[in-house]
Amino acid sequence: MNANNNGKNLSDRDIELLVGRLLRTGVITASCIVLLGGILFLIQHGSAPMPSYHHFNGEDSSFTTFGGIISSTLQFNAKGIVQFGVMVLIATPVLRIALSLLGFALEKDKLYVIITTIVLCVMLFSTIGGLKL
Amino acid sequence: MTILTFTIILLVGAYLAGLVGSLTGLGGGVVVIPLLTLVFHVDIRYAIGAALLASIANSSGAASAYVKEGITNIRLGMFLEIATTVGAVIGALLAVYTPTNTIAILFGCILLFSAAMTLRKKNQVALTEGSKTSEFLKLNGSYPTPAGPVDYKLKNVGAGFSIMTLAGILSGLLGIGSGALKVLAMDSTMHIPFKVSTTTSNFMIGVTAAASAVVYLQRGYMDPAIAFPVVLGVLGGAFTGARLLKKLDPKVLRYIFCAAIVFVAAEMMYNGFQHKF
Repeated sequence: MNANNNGKNLSDRDIELLVGRLLRTGVITASCIVLLGGILFLIQHGSAPMPSYHHFNGEDSSFTTFGGIISSTLQFNAKGIVQFGVMVLIATPVLRIALSLLGFALEKDKLYVIITTIVLCVMLFSTIGGLKL
Repeated sequence: MTILTFTIILLVGAYLAGLVGSLTGLGGGVVVIPLLTLVFHVDIRYAIGAALLASIANSSGAASAYVKEGITNIRLGMFLEIATTVGAVIGALLAVYTPTNTIAILFGCILLFSAAMTLRKKNQVALTEGSKTSEFLKLNGSYPTPAGPVDYKLKNVGAGFSIMTLAGILSGLLGIGSGALKVLAMDSTMHIPFKVSTTTSNFMIGVTAAASAVVYLQRGYMDPAIAFPVVLGVLGGAFTGARLLKKLDPKVLRYIFCAAIVFVAAEMMYNGFQHKF
């Protein structure tokens, strides 16, 4: 609990607090964006009949690519805004890894800088590695 | 049914899923998938996409509190995330080639396993002798208890790492946090006290789910109209659940929920065998 059990834990503790704050901020921000987009979506399409989700059709590219989501958000497209919130939500744990990397670097913990970099690379690989089949 | 009605019913359902998920410790995603597929007849891959988002929201929300209390072992989580993220990407790739009925049957099996895991005896004992690998990787730590900080060490790092890879694959394939498998790896295999293993598992779920969520998003399996009520509902339910947990002893509830989950698992598997997905 308290940071004075030994010197090493002092910076560990700071990182923990920072990570905790980042996670909470990320989730709250994402939820607010999703809520905003969702309300807008219901106002515009609420009375339309429910589409069939029984068969997979896939979303079009304005809701699956980074550029597409950003541009439909800027056009105030309700689904685009929800998808933007979804992106913020997915980005939250990725940012957490980046923050941990910075923390381990400041602590000069080489082993964990390497370990964290590996995890970050896997995440980047799945984001931009052309996994869209 | 209009979109508005669908949204409201889904919001209530997701809220209950989040509530049940947090009271049993199973996580909201596990309950969202049967809700979407069995009740709303949504394609299981849309359901997986939504459940992954619910897992990220849940994990990040809960982890922020545990991290602040200093129970979570961040180094251990970071190290094991190599296994879970690689596994999650593999799982998400496998999902394209796996028939949906197979996914449903597999999901039922994992659900049964998870139910059994919530009823097991928990490891409370902290090891005093750790393995060399755990020493080298700086995985040993301490966590606060009412009686003061307790030091713990761990062993079987390799075996734990392997189970984590499997947990990652299943997470990407089925859209769940695989909390039960993560706890099996840490608690039963690496001999970590359960308070540390459950919170560290929770901490890792967000990253694991995000690794495969990106793949699902790019493939078009994240539908905004489903994602929106599911994410908000599950988060709200989990929040209520966390508050309720402080007031009541969930032991009896756990048995009831586990019975219900066994029923749901049987239903998923039956429908899978009948090729209804």
